[in-house]
Amino acid sequence: MTIVDTKMKHGDASDGLLGGRLARIDGPVKITGAADYAMEHFPEGMVYAVVIDSTIASGRVVAIDTGSAEAYPGVLLVLTPDNALPIKSATDWTGAPPAEAPFEPLAREVTFAGQHIAAVIAETFEQATAAAALVKVTYDETAPISSFDDPRSGEGFPIDMMTKEWGDAEAALAIAPVRIEQEYRTPREYNVPIEPHGLIARWEGDMLTLWEPSQWIDGMSRTYAEWFGIPFEKVRLLSPYIGGGFGSKAFPARYGAVAAIAAKMLDRPVKLAITRPQTFTAFGGRPATRQTIALGATREGKLLSIVHRSANETSMDDVAVEPLGSVTSIMYAVPNFSSRQNIVPVNTVKPGALRAPGENPSAFGIECAIDELAYEVGIDPLDIRLLNYAEEDPHARKPWSTRRLREAYAAGAEAFGWAKRSPSVRSMREGKQLIGYGVAAGTYPVRRTPGEAMVRILSNGTIEVASSGIDMGQGTYTILAQTAAEAIGVPVETVVVKLGDSSLPRAPVAGGSQLANLMTGAVHVAALAARDELIGLAINDQNSPFRDLQANTLTIEGGQMSSPRDAGSSVAIAEVMRRTGRDRIEALRNTLPENLRNKDDHFRNFTTISTMLSPTEGDYSMHSWCVHFVEVRVDVDFGTVRVSRMVSALDSGRLYNPKLAESQWKGGIIMGIGQALLEEGLVDQRNGHVMNNNLGDYLVPTNADIPDLEVISVGIPDTNASILGGKAVGELAIVGVAPAIANAVYHATGIRVRDLPITLEKLI
Amino acid sequence: MRDFSYLRAGSVDEALSAAAMPATMLLAGGTTLLDLAKCGVNAPERVVDITHLKGLDAIRVDAEGAFIGALAKMSRVAADPAILAEFPAVSEALWQAASAQIRNMATIGGNLLQRTRCAYFRDPASFPACNKRVPGSGCSAMEGVNRGHAVLGTSDACIATYPGDLAAALVAFDAIVHLGERKVPVDDFFLLPGTTPHKEHAMQAGEMITAITIPASPAARHSSYLKVRDRQSYEFASASAAVGIEFEADHETIRDIRIGLGGVATKPWRARAVEDALRGKVLEPDTIKNASRLAVESAIAHGGNHYKIELAPRVVERAILKSGALA
Repeated sequence: MTIVDTKMKHGDASDGLLGGRLARIDGPVKITGAADYAMEHFPEGMVYAVVIDSTIASGRVVAIDTGSAEAYPGVLLVLTPDNALPIKSATDWTGAPPAEAPFEPLAREVTFAGQHIAAVIAETFEQATAAAALVKVTYDETAPISSFDDPRSGEGFPIDMMTKEWGDAEAALAIAPVRIEQEYRTPREYNVPIEPHGLIARWEGDMLTLWEPSQWIDGMSRTYAEWFGIPFEKVRLLSPYIGGGFGSKAFPARYGAVAAIAAKMLDRPVKLAITRPQTFTAFGGRPATRQTIALGATREGKLLSIVHRSANETSMDDVAVEPLGSVTSIMYAVPNFSSRQNIVPVNTVKPGALRAPGENPSAFGIECAIDELAYEVGIDPLDIRLLNYAEEDPHARKPWSTRRLREAYAAGAEAFGWAKRSPSVRSMREGKQLIGYGVAAGTYPVRRTPGEAMVRILSNGTIEVASSGIDMGQGTYTILAQTAAEAIGVPVETVVVKLGDSSLPRAPVAGGSQLANLMTGAVHVAALAARDELIGLAINDQNSPFRDLQANTLTIEGGQMSSPRDAGSSVAIAEVMRRTGRDRIEALRNTLPENLRNKDDHFRNFTTISTMLSPTEGDYSMHSWCVHFVEVRVDVDFGTVRVSRMVSALDSGRLYNPKLAESQWKGGIIMGIGQALLEEGLVDQRNGHVMNNNLGDYLVPTNADIPDLEVISVGIPDTNASILGGKAVGELAIVGVAPAIANAVYHATGIRVRDLPITLEKLI
Repeated sequence: MRDFSYLRAGSVDEALSAAAMPATMLLAGGTTLLDLAKCGVNAPERVVDITHLKGLDAIRVDAEGAFIGALAKMSRVAADPAILAEFPAVSEALWQAASAQIRNMATIGGNLLQRTRCAYFRDPASFPACNKRVPGSGCSAMEGVNRGHAVLGTSDACIATYPGDLAAALVAFDAIVHLGERKVPVDDFFLLPGTTPHKEHAMQAGEMITAITIPASPAARHSSYLKVRDRQSYEFASASAAVGIEFEADHETIRDIRIGLGGVATKPWRARAVEDALRGKVLEPDTIKNASRLAVESAIAHGGNHYKIELAPRVVERAILKSGALA
């Protein structure tokens, strides 16, 4: 398989145009340390806040004795619910209007261990830290419910919008010749980006400046603006570089309000850095999930029915839904289907988004279950997937825009050597190593929100691209430079991209794997507009070097403008700008439909997700697809699992930069290996504490855990999915990794592990 | 800021007299001291920096054995060719410990004195009860998250695992801890928790580790270290074993065997019952398997760590096979 490129003349390693394998243009500043991350700013007069967290998981704060802390040298303020400047509740990310009640970032009622209850602000970080230890909190403690395994948590309550049903699944299951039913579980998992969270907040009058890593500049700016009752334009949020987010940096957290309140009360810039242990409780990771999946099938393995019942943990006071039926309902053709989901409140921080929320655990369930069915009916796990291949979206009953999953199966199986698999379990071995092959598919939807971008042509020929959209490592800077270079016809080195600043044009959330598609679309449109204006200028301006040619149009290539009538007449863009006396040409364009172009809708589009289109809006069902082939080696005595080989074939549509897309895929696969084998928040059931709240004990993979990863692109441009033909990239590749590994472990050992992670004690 | 006095020792004697003062801790590589200070476990009033002391970082190997200065870095000892030749288990244990960054900072003396990773021990703000931190206050780990906790050498007061790799190799080969002139066998240096889990070693106030020596032996020369864990690198052992074997002239009868265990006990653990069962026996699979089970004869599990009772003998068995092939 090759990467199908709309511009086949490009694609070598140095190519800066769209579809080329250009290295990240933000790489050098990151490698040299020149990139300025949020916490690396030191505005004049800055002071330091340290947050105090609850040590109980359930109960009430009776008293906070701040006397010793206030008397401590350097302490400026001990913030508690009683003295904190009141702020308002804000519109939520879906666009739901705010509550009437004020927003209280410091809790009086404790619903989880690690909840912020006070903060100390001092001249130095060390003073604030020491004084924070002197604050004495008295609680009225009640017994917590620490997980949905606690019988007192009950069954939770149903989320009706998650219900998906067609046919009569229960009846079809009851009469199916083959039936299997199992429960699949995933534990709490955490984002643990290498850059911990935090911010610096500075007030100048009613102007609030925030240095804070952000996946959504405009959404977060709106929240801060509404908290403090100031206009959106009065918030300046800066986040040009982000050390990883994986879904955890899209919304302001309570500590953000604490820092901004303290800065306002003290009229000093306040830095508040979340500690590594606090990254387990200051915001939520992926909730624990459980799914019961019953499959009914013919003796040949043809699916007749799927009955899916699931639940995820949520917090005591809020609703977090991890959509567990999202893959279950679209992966296979099945005539009868029923999926329902509950959420179960427990004493935890509200769970958040972690790479492919929903699709990730959903695929773990269905992709293990289909594997179990393959063994049950005695056919190859790859064949059963082809036998039940969904030719259209079985839920939406719409054709796929593109679904190159069959091509992915073929390409991946070929590259992996799937045909060499011995069918029986525990039948492949080298010395003490049991060898197993496993396969599993994954998918992630194409989410679509209109975008906006500014493209400027400057007098020196430099092209400037500007957006509040962000680059958290996925390559936004690079692909936008490539997009503008391609559209205008200039070398990529002449394009400067500015991102991550709320003073720049608007952008929606960098989440749901949508940003690359919507931003390349917006930049493409804006760049063409700028180019058209430049050409118009060159044709019409009386001082233009092309004035005398009487041309209808001009071409631009490599930064040189020329006439089709006279190829020898090329003139650099900068020269055209100089001769015509223009210092800049600028085009601000968005891709909003006509009906969303008024000021309110424009604002809503970029500060909520209310205008985001579902993958089935329109004539097609739009998704990215992937398959992972895995070889594991399991020590026969120790139960240790090592992934020794892995081939993944993926359909993300057109790749704007294959090198960066492959890098994102590999990052997702590595995260998936960690999820399969290592990651698990260990919760003390007696008191709700996450006991391994640090990177020494919460294990993510090291280089030694990761084999060479082969990724193969099988996508073709999908212009239904996006303006330039790309589909989802960033969240796709983690989906399906864990079940592929679990399936390989079963093949190796004959032991079916249905609860992640697959640690050694489950195999000995 | 939690204030403390910082003293830079100019000599070993200066360091020792400073260390005799109450609430005083020595600073070498700092990888444990600073970590535990951040957790709120260590709150010394005085920190005595011994990193500038001369002559405490020597590594010498001769016919008698190895002499390793207390300030020698883990990475240097691991890479030392003579250590690798004469005490391969020591080198392997060091290579498989921690991360490259920590191995470059941490010293051998500090390595021995590293403290448990018990999460309850490490979080005094949330868990006031810890017999190791506050004698008599109780133990939160017994009925808590204890997947990594010890199954050997535990008491009703404490089940915290001694986390180090190096010491498992040292205890196998009868290494001696030098506290200046006083010399203590490493097996005696580390104490069982009993009713006093806060007392982890035999060092008195005003003493410091100046060196360790490891007697040369054929078993040490034919040794290896096997560490089993879920993550390939940078993780503490679920179970580990340092094993050295010396054969009789027939190349199959075991004359001497040394077995040290890591990751499963409250102190570096010498598996003497296994050694006794194998000494004089011919190295063959069933004998090894049966003997290896003796490693956990006295083991007690507490819920999450039950698998270690199954795992540890398997690790011992494999390590014996591995070292047997070397001997």
